[in-house]
Amino acid sequence: MSAKHNIPFLERQSYRRRRLIDTIRMLPVIGAVLWAVPLLWRQSEDSGTVLTSDAIIYIFLVWLLLVVGGGWLAQSLKRSNAEERERGR
Amino acid sequence: MGTLNVLVGVCLIYVVFLFLIAFAAERAALEGKGGWLRSPMIYTLSLSIYCTAWTFYGAVGYAARSGLEYLTIYIGPSLVMIGWWWLLRKLVRIGRSQRITSIADLISSRYGKSNLLAVGVTVLAVIGTTPYIALQLQSVTVSFDVFSSAYGSELTEAAQGSNALLVAAGLTLFTIVFGTRNLDVNERHHGVVMAVAVEAIVKLFALLAVGIFVVWGLGGGVSETLARIDASEIGQWQMRGDRWATLIFLSGAAFLCLPRMFQVMVVENENEDHLRTASWAFPAYLMIMSLFVVPIAVVGLDLMPAGSNPDFFVLTVPLATGNDALAMLSFIGGFSSATSMVIVAALALSTMVSNHIVMPIWLSTQSVGASVSGDVRHVVLLSRRISIGAVVFLGYLYFRLSGGGSALASMGLISFAGVAQFLPVLIGGIFWRGATRTGAFAGLTVGFVIWAYTLLLPSFGAGTLVSETMLAEGPMGVGWLRPQAFFGITGMDPLVHAVFWSILLNTMSFFIASLVGFPSPLERLQGAQFVNVFEHSSTPQSWGGSLAQTEDLMVMAQRIIGAREAQNLFEREAKRQGMSGLLPEPSPDFLQRLERELAGSVGAATAHAMIGQIVGGASVSVEDLMAVADETAQMMEYSSRLEAKSEEQARTARQLRQANEKLTLISEQKDSFLSQVSHELRTPMTSIRAFSEILRDSDRLSEEEKIKYSSIIHDEALRLTRLLDDLLDLSVLESGRVNLNLQSGSLKGILDHAVSSALTGAGTSKVQVVRDSQQEEVMLYTDLDRLSQVFINLIGNAQKYCDASVPKLRIEVGHSTGALVVDFIDNGSGIPKVEQAVIFEKFSRTGEQRVKGAGLGLAICREIMTRLGGTVEYLPGQGGAAFRVTLPEEAALAAQ
Amino acid sequence: MGKNVLVIEDEPNIIEAISFILSRDGWSVATHSNGHDAVGVVQASMPDLVILDVMLPGKTGYDILRELRSEDATQGLPVLMLTAKGQVKDREMAERAGASRFMTKPFSNAEVLDAVRELVAG
Repeated sequence: MSAKHNIPFLERQSYRRRRLIDTIRMLPVIGAVLWAVPLLWRQSEDSGTVLTSDAIIYIFLVWLLLVVGGGWLAQSLKRSNAEERERGR
Repeated sequence: MGTLNVLVGVCLIYVVFLFLIAFAAERAALEGKGGWLRSPMIYTLSLSIYCTAWTFYGAVGYAARSGLEYLTIYIGPSLVMIGWWWLLRKLVRIGRSQRITSIADLISSRYGKSNLLAVGVTVLAVIGTTPYIALQLQSVTVSFDVFSSAYGSELTEAAQGSNALLVAAGLTLFTIVFGTRNLDVNERHHGVVMAVAVEAIVKLFALLAVGIFVVWGLGGGVSETLARIDASEIGQWQMRGDRWATLIFLSGAAFLCLPRMFQVMVVENENEDHLRTASWAFPAYLMIMSLFVVPIAVVGLDLMPAGSNPDFFVLTVPLATGNDALAMLSFIGGFSSATSMVIVAALALSTMVSNHIVMPIWLSTQSVGASVSGDVRHVVLLSRRISIGAVVFLGYLYFRLSGGGSALASMGLISFAGVAQFLPVLIGGIFWRGATRTGAFAGLTVGFVIWAYTLLLPSFGAGTLVSETMLAEGPMGVGWLRPQAFFGITGMDPLVHAVFWSILLNTMSFFIASLVGFPSPLERLQGAQFVNVFEHSSTPQSWGGSLAQTEDLMVMAQRIIGAREAQNLFEREAKRQGMSGLLPEPSPDFLQRLERELAGSVGAATAHAMIGQIVGGASVSVEDLMAVADETAQMMEYSSRLEAKSEEQARTARQLRQANEKLTLISEQKDSFLSQVSHELRTPMTSIRAFSEILRDSDRLSEEEKIKYSSIIHDEALRLTRLLDDLLDLSVLESGRVNLNLQSGSLKGILDHAVSSALTGAGTSKVQVVRDSQQEEVMLYTDLDRLSQVFINLIGNAQKYCDASVPKLRIEVGHSTGALVVDFIDNGSGIPKVEQAVIFEKFSRTGEQRVKGAGLGLAICREIMTRLGGTVEYLPGQGGAAFRVTLPEEAALAAQ
Repeated sequence: MGKNVLVIEDEPNIIEAISFILSRDGWSVATHSNGHDAVGVVQASMPDLVILDVMLPGKTGYDILRELRSEDATQGLPVLMLTAKGQVKDREMAERAGASRFMTKPFSNAEVLDAVRELVAG
């Protein structure tokens, strides 16, 4: 009886976990795309070019985003793994 | 000069400190208290050997020359780490489950344990790494030089050389002491990893300190520094897109393929979970490392006189501003970067050189017997130590020969491009089962040839190794083979050109050769194990030292004697050894027992060879084992076929036995039937014969006697006839060849006929039949004669056997569910329970009231009723003997 | 002569035939027709000869014979067995049970008479 009640809960958990892993998979792709943006910046000698300080800020912001995002996902995965183990027991 | 002495002193103290740290870590690990050694942070920090002196000093120089391009070197690895789920996770799992010792080992293992491939990878790795080691030695020497020149004491070249030699010797010593302390199956070196981690903190701290000093001490804060950056010569975004993309790719590839990176990332990995932490922590480390590079470069460009080497701004800027302590910290940071790289690189390369070059050569010089003896470990350690010395010395040699010139500076990227040639083979090997050894050879060869031709050789400068004309017009005038303009595509950046063509052609050769070739069984096996590593290894927990062997033994034992059996065996043994869990120590007597156990399945020789292969000391190659296993499998298949066949035979035999039993039973039944028939025939014939002889032989018989005896003969003759009739009737009914003569008639009529027939000739002792003609008004459609035969029999039985003083027979007609029932109930004593079960059998007669009759009547009744679709049963509990005839409703309804 | 013969047989017509043949030859014939108390009847009447049918209601002739043979008083009593089952194994059964003579039905009257005379004389 109680096992029956648990099934949707379990499926929801493992569904969440799979989507979490999908996100982990996507993160480097997002990073690559964001870091490819500088390729689009204008390279000519005239005044419209991007300043190095702005470039630094952009690139390091992407970096920060990836680190924070990666950290958060890693933490979530760790929690999810722990829950999985607990259920497996 | 005093400061220089202090510098030397600090340096020595720092080195001693590192030795102590490493020693303490080794000791703690040995005593099993090194839990903190296995933290994910230590793992992350150990990855920082990626940031060598090239990063520490070179990045600033790079930025001063090319602006933000230096960031690509750190963006690539960051992406690889962030994308750990794709690649690193699998790489680490494979490394752990296959007990991989180096990248050469990985590639050779994957492609059928080919030693030739391992030798090739090792040689290429040495070629790619040696300049890099030289670069580190140079950086230490030059930084020392910078320091001393700042205090007005120029060092001679000889002094520089001896400095480098001193550093090289120290590093060799350290690596030998902590890298080859013991021969661990898992190739983990806690001392080295710990020292590297400490150095990682030191270099990060040093660079941060310089950066903070530059931004807030010299630059005047963040916004001023940013303004200064924009105002400097690198103030405009000047980036070639192809270089940006290529370099990100290249650094990511190198991060995976560099032997030293593989060493810390895969080989030294304690726990797969550490990767999860490192996936974000290491990019964070790289980010912080590169944060202050541009400010330092810009301030250095402003501050330092024109033409000063920007590579050492990290050192010269604090010195120029009189910040000696900071400069010293910076020096220690650079020193840390250089030494940690050399140590790990030497360790990784020595493992490869020793395992794939020195040991095979040594073994081949030994007689077969010696290779199995116990001192192989000693030989391996010696070979490792010599290899470490050789690798570091090679780097020193390169440094001396190249004269420490600027050629070294470009070596970083060239070296990256070289090791990146491993990438297609590596990725293909772990994701594509179809990748073959031939493909790997082809890819690596093509990749390295193109790399050397387009990048390495021209890097020494036109006119040294590659002639000017060849660069300009191609080899022997073949224009489309110009080293820096393949297929006539000019204008590409030389590095981008080299990376693009080498990796592209490498990949294509690898792919095509893999498609064409046909892998050996071992290769296919390894391929499957690598590509499907997550299905094969479900336990990502860390190994204990020797228990890992037990685990392997367990895996093997499970394959041979079955999972449950093996687990039981191991568990029993573990319990016997007083250990908890499943895995016992691989003690000699356990191995012996296991071998015996396995020998039961695969034969003694094979079992011995298999265990020897895992616990070491055997001279049997895996190829041999595979062959043996193949044969064993074939034999097992053959014997299982035999088994199946004999099982089939057993099945047939069983069926035959059953058939035989049935036949025997039938034959017994037939015998007993014949015996019964014989008895039933002989009995009346006995009377007939006896009385006919009496009539014939006796002349003194009275007329009365004559009549009596004649009538006995007559009766017995009738009895015989009846018996034969019954037998024939029964035989027809039983064989099912009976033709039913279906017709309509009233139940009443049939009963009238039956009663009168049954009681004909009964004389005065007639049973009184009680009927209810009302109930009997039922029309039937069935074989009326046969039904009547049943009724006659039942009424006759009552007449014969009813033992009441005034025998009465009630005939009652009624309806049960879906059926018409006719009950025949007399007022006698009935039939005892034990006999009720057998009265319908042939030749069964009840009790002692022996009345003439063969005992076939009820058997015939039952057969008839079965044919008519009904039943006749004994009805217990009715006072007297009672029989119920049941007719299907159709028989009754059809007539209405 | 007036020797006593006990006929144990359940078929009335056969009892009558045997009784007739033997009494005509001067034997005094007693009859019994079931197996239950046959042993008791034999022990009570102690005839000179028993003619025993195999297929008796209540108890088979073999069992009766075995019981008689196990008693001292009836151990040597001549017993002529009659059976309507003419198979070899029936003869063997009879011999093992201790029958003095075995005859298959239908028999000739002379045969029975000869056997009876022989058994009682011998």
